[in-house]
Amino acid sequence: MPVSVRLPTVLRTHAGGLSEVSAEGATIGEVVDDVVRQFPGTANHLKAPDGALHRFVNVYLDDEDVRYLGGLDTPVSDGAEVSIVPAVAGGTG
Amino acid sequence: MPSFRELLSSTKERIREVDTAGAEEAIGRGAVVLDVREPDEYEQGALPGAVHIPRGHLESQIENRVLDRDAPIVVHCAGGTRSAFAAETLTQLGYTDVVSMAGGFNKWKDEGRTWSVPRVLSAEQRNRYQRHLLLPEVGAAGQQRLLDAKVLLLGAGGLGSPAALYLAAAGVGTVGIVDMDVVDESNLQRQILHNLDRIGERKVDSAKKTLTAINPDVDVVAHDVRLGADNVLDVFRGYDVIVDGTDNFPTRYLVNDASLKLRIPVVHGSIFRFEGQATVFYPYVGPCYRCLFPQPPPAELAPSCSEAGVLGVLPGIIGSIQAMEAIKLLLDLGETLTGRILTYDAMDESFRTLRSRRDEHCPACSIDPDDLVIAEYDELCMPHPQS
Repeated sequence: MPVSVRLPTVLRTHAGGLSEVSAEGATIGEVVDDVVRQFPGTANHLKAPDGALHRFVNVYLDDEDVRYLGGLDTPVSDGAEVSIVPAVAGGTG
Repeated sequence: MPSFRELLSSTKERIREVDTAGAEEAIGRGAVVLDVREPDEYEQGALPGAVHIPRGHLESQIENRVLDRDAPIVVHCAGGTRSAFAAETLTQLGYTDVVSMAGGFNKWKDEGRTWSVPRVLSAEQRNRYQRHLLLPEVGAAGQQRLLDAKVLLLGAGGLGSPAALYLAAAGVGTVGIVDMDVVDESNLQRQILHNLDRIGERKVDSAKKTLTAINPDVDVVAHDVRLGADNVLDVFRGYDVIVDGTDNFPTRYLVNDASLKLRIPVVHGSIFRFEGQATVFYPYVGPCYRCLFPQPPPAELAPSCSEAGVLGVLPGIIGSIQAMEAIKLLLDLGETLTGRILTYDAMDESFRTLRSRRDEHCPACSIDPDDLVIAEYDELCMPHPQS
């Protein structure tokens, strides 16, 4: 089941400049893994060595933070939109 | 042709009148007080909370000021004559529950009932803020609130520039600015508070010149300091809203923890290349920064704007959204971004809003604010609760 995954700017350089990619998976964890499989450069940005999502990256299923759904086990249905939103500090500079 | 007396008495037959005691009772039950006297009369004394529309402007302004046609309205003037005609006009306009207060303000005042001298805008202010005054959601009372408000901008840079310009133009009475940089030519691509003549000048001074040139009502308070654990509470104290346009994670977390301790809402904005985020962290109402991002990214995964670049217009958009949210917080208007993150992508010109929630295990906002220790944060930015 392909879903569309919106990538933040910081990941686009690792995904051929794409802002949105298609990924397969029945859960958020599988979708994230598929993104990493397709674009290995994104791995460091998304997952900690223990396999958990980094705490400075939020993943949203439609408009809901998956941390408040089922985390990586959250089921993903066809046509859903997954967004990855990292902490960004820039402002003054 | 009826005489004035005949017209008045026939009008009074068609409207309802109440005495001052009856009016006071209705007002106590929540009736709208509508004062139709001239501005010079109103300025010398009025009922608390009165909606003031001079009789001559009644027809053209009432629909914008009293939206509910079925709201109970007590209309008054100085003695009860103008208000009788006004009551009839209101009835003709479809207002269903209107009474005219017999004896008017003069009798009300003579009887020792509550009144006060309203704070009024000067003629120059009425002219300057005319477009605000036309908005029923702002009006003279809202404008007065803005003039009384204190907003602290963290940074007079990319985000702080548009935010400061709009807040000053809107008449926010005190605009504090924290920045310890000086203006550099490379700032001018996006930091629209400054200009070529100010290169080398402290940003807080340059900002003050620009803002007071736009609006002399605004008291610009310069904080030429680096925010740190030693000064953050002193700098923040007394402000109503903080607009955060800082450029590094340790400061973001420091701002978060200090704002929790002082219960000051923070309007957050952040930008990266072509993308921006904005949200409102309202202490103990919505999530805090640590609920949203419990940890900062390591430096190698989060290059700053000075390393990665930023399109100059981007902070203009996000900073303007921050100014809008600050004003909504000050005026208690609409739905703020509390509990929502607005993301903006300039490349596909899209806005999205995502939900954010309070984390019940948040190390900062789930504990007693007295137990939250404000400390210098290292690259991990972890909070330091008292044990």
